Amino acid sequence: MINIEINGKEVTVPKGGTVMDGARQLGIYIPHFCYHKKLSIAANCRMCLVQVEKAPKPLPACATPATEGMKVYTHSQQAVTAQKGVMEFLLINHPLDCPICDQGGECQLQDLAVGYGASESRYEEEKRVVTNKNLGPLISTDMTRCIHCTRCVRFGQEIAGIMELGMAGRGEHSEILSFVGKTVDSELSGNVIDLCPVGALVSKPFRYTARPWELSRRKSISPHCGLGSNLVVQVKLDRVMRVLPRDNEEINECWLSDKDRFSYEGLNSEDRLTTPMIKHNGQWHACDWQEALIFTVESLKSVMERHGAKAIGALGSAHSTLEELFLLQRLIRALGGGNIDHRVRQSDFRADSHLQGVPWLGMSIADIPQLKSVLIVGSTLRKDHPLLAHRFRQAVKNGAQLSIINPIDDDLLMKIANRAIVAPSEMMHMLAQVLKAIIEDKPGAGVSEHIMQSLKAVKVTDEARAIANSILANSPAAVFLGNIAQHHPSYADIHAIAQVIAKLTGAKFGFLGEAANSVGAYLARAIPNQGVLGTEIKHAEHDSQLNAAQMLGDSLNNVASPCQAYILMNLEPEFDAYNPQQAMKAMSNAEFVVSLSSFKGNVANYANVILPIAPFTETSGTFVNTEGRVQSFNGVVSPLGDTRPGWKILRVLGNLLQLEGFDYETSEQIRAQVIPAEDAITRYLSNELKDYEVNISSEEMTGLQRIGEMPIYQADPIVRRAEPLQLTRDAMPPKVWLSSALLKQFNMSEGEIVRLKQGEGEAQLEVACDDGLPANCVRVACAYPNSIALGAMFGEISVEKL
Amino acid sequence: MLSAESLEKINREIAKYPADQKQSAVMSALAIAQDEKGWLATETMDFIAQYLGMPAIAVYEVATFYGMYNLKPVGKYKLTVCTNLPCALSGGNDAANYLKQKLGIGFNETTADGLFTLKEGECMGACGDAPVLLVNNKRMCSFMSNEQIDQLLEELRK
Repeated sequence: MINIEINGKEVTVPKGGTVMDGARQLGIYIPHFCYHKKLSIAANCRMCLVQVEKAPKPLPACATPATEGMKVYTHSQQAVTAQKGVMEFLLINHPLDCPICDQGGECQLQDLAVGYGASESRYEEEKRVVTNKNLGPLISTDMTRCIHCTRCVRFGQEIAGIMELGMAGRGEHSEILSFVGKTVDSELSGNVIDLCPVGALVSKPFRYTARPWELSRRKSISPHCGLGSNLVVQVKLDRVMRVLPRDNEEINECWLSDKDRFSYEGLNSEDRLTTPMIKHNGQWHACDWQEALIFTVESLKSVMERHGAKAIGALGSAHSTLEELFLLQRLIRALGGGNIDHRVRQSDFRADSHLQGVPWLGMSIADIPQLKSVLIVGSTLRKDHPLLAHRFRQAVKNGAQLSIINPIDDDLLMKIANRAIVAPSEMMHMLAQVLKAIIEDKPGAGVSEHIMQSLKAVKVTDEARAIANSILANSPAAVFLGNIAQHHPSYADIHAIAQVIAKLTGAKFGFLGEAANSVGAYLARAIPNQGVLGTEIKHAEHDSQLNAAQMLGDSLNNVASPCQAYILMNLEPEFDAYNPQQAMKAMSNAEFVVSLSSFKGNVANYANVILPIAPFTETSGTFVNTEGRVQSFNGVVSPLGDTRPGWKILRVLGNLLQLEGFDYETSEQIRAQVIPAEDAITRYLSNELKDYEVNISSEEMTGLQRIGEMPIYQADPIVRRAEPLQLTRDAMPPKVWLSSALLKQFNMSEGEIVRLKQGEGEAQLEVACDDGLPANCVRVACAYPNSIALGAMFGEISVEKL
Repeated sequence: MLSAESLEKINREIAKYPADQKQSAVMSALAIAQDEKGWLATETMDFIAQYLGMPAIAVYEVATFYGMYNLKPVGKYKLTVCTNLPCALSGGNDAANYLKQKLGIGFNETTADGLFTLKEGECMGACGDAPVLLVNNKRMCSFMSNEQIDQLLEELRK
């Protein structure tokens, strides 16, 4: 530790710390532009010049290491003169267009110019003009305003993991740009807007729509991925104008993924519903709440009379709040049924009755960068969890070895120590090999006889051994199951094997939560089997409760729907189900479908009533993120039109059905019912499977297999309607990816339109070549309008030439 | 993209650095590529980026920073005249003006016959020999009086 003195105040900074670090500790503000706490030191703006005793000239505080006994003056005559001089240089080429600049009012240069700038410029020569660049649909540029702090460049290199922006040229001719003709496509790109201290990089969707001082700032929580990023939602005239990150070191730090940042555009989309709607004799018409709710209640009653309460299925998305999901399950259970689930993209539920708690990350998010070895099974990390990926990237930078078992070999923008790219049907087998390699290293480690028996036929490959060695040799280690593993048809077996691997190696074991409330939905009991919560809720007919897959029809041969009535919440089965083909069949065969939805979409094609439900910005509620952190939020704007918060709609439905336990007046009361004391929820969290008999089958798939990953900007109803995100490269229309061997076999060439068949459905898509794919695999993303006619995310698929 | 010979040269440069720091060879690689192609097209820089496993924009940063890399096609002979202060005080600008008049082109222009391109250069570290100019980045010419320039042009035109 080093003791220094700044402006007469003593402060201790760690060895290697800078004068800026000391000043920040003391709360002394030193003006700066290029310095940023999360980025490397560039020292190129020179704004932070300070006086240091015995130094012949002013020194930059951000880059001057503290030395013992150093005396620093940040506001002395010499320091201020130096800072004013720097400011004069910075303003030489900076345009005086603050009145039309989006950054105006929240601009660091503007603020500091007030303190350090002269009232008028001595510079009379011509100013420099820099052409604007097209960086894509999210970032708008005014490059003449750039002061060359290079924060955006460093962000790309150090945080996003991909250098898309650079500073070309030299001296007066230097400018920030992307490589000739390229856009900025990182899924974290929006952060450069926040980082830019001037108005050179501003938000394209927000541009010219409001001034910062007109906006009220309200706290909220992101409803998208399992991270639960903290947001500041900025509102003008009861409309969400933009979303910015709210610092939370333990979750999103000061960053935000583009999905969290720009998806608000979906909230203001034209597809929003504003009134309840009923279908009468095949005709849709708007109606008031009274009529819609009574119609819903009567229809549900009628279905119950004829088929019983077990004929009602309720599916709520894990992007819904804890309160909404809790009331939905209470409604269904109070009616006497129990068909409730949120896991619409899961296909394997065999583990359900063996689960000992709520599946979660298994550790805290902030501890990820300290891991030394990580095995991730089935995840395109940076697209599924953009900011968790950043944490893993930091871990890798700190020396962690990252191993992946995945069917897709997309660039994760971090160094991968071991990769096993295998077909979906081989993933479990690959994991079993890793387990066997570990057991061989640790004989007599107490693995159950059943597992030892089933591992007999497994042959360990070199890849598997390398992964095993990496987990064994490094500590702390962790094993995580990503979205692809959770959607996988052998999810239960993958889970069970991964658990044994973690146990044997002492590694942490967890799930990368797919949705904002993946953990919360379990806690809210939006699952058919409540046993995981340890509550003794005995149901008359215990085994008649259907999970999501059963509700949506186990197999295509099902003629009749498994349920006669469906209650859908924040869910579009054609996009959100594991098998959209089957799900839509179940919907169209049902007698009655009520959809609690914020958007019209295709709901009218299968529902009988649509109840407009408030999205996260218009309701209070709670999300429990993947590390089990409970985060509540309030509505930031009033509900659009006749939209109502979901928990209120469900409360009234409960009252109209004369059910007990629907007397809540606030969402806080509901939350208190679900989670009595905040610290108590950790006892529900467990990834343990008990008494599950692993089935390591080596059944060969003969035909082609589909790899149907969930694309980043199709994952939930709000983001699907966020236009700027839909214009990014990540949201480009899906292609059929085939290896060059398959292309040759089918006599196809890249760019050709081909026919895909899965089950009863078919789609025509453009074909493209990816030789990183495992043999006999066809990669087709799901949840795009032109791919939803296909069936399950994984399984057999056929490709034909047109 | 590049000839086997050029790649061989680039590999020799790469070998001078640790295996995980291939990008240290970027300047030599660009110079070798330019020797072969005459200038650095976007595709050439992209190729080098891939070859060295570095972001394309980082290659572009280097290529735009240094004046000796040609980002546009140049004539057979690129004449770079130093116009920095010491040269300017000793006739550097006069040499540049004489060249402009002789060739009928300005800075950054190429003669119609594609033989000469004129460039304005930064200090070449030989101020005592001012005025100085460079031919194709490789040949340094000192004390460039008008007669010397005439002689040089005649020699190059042959």
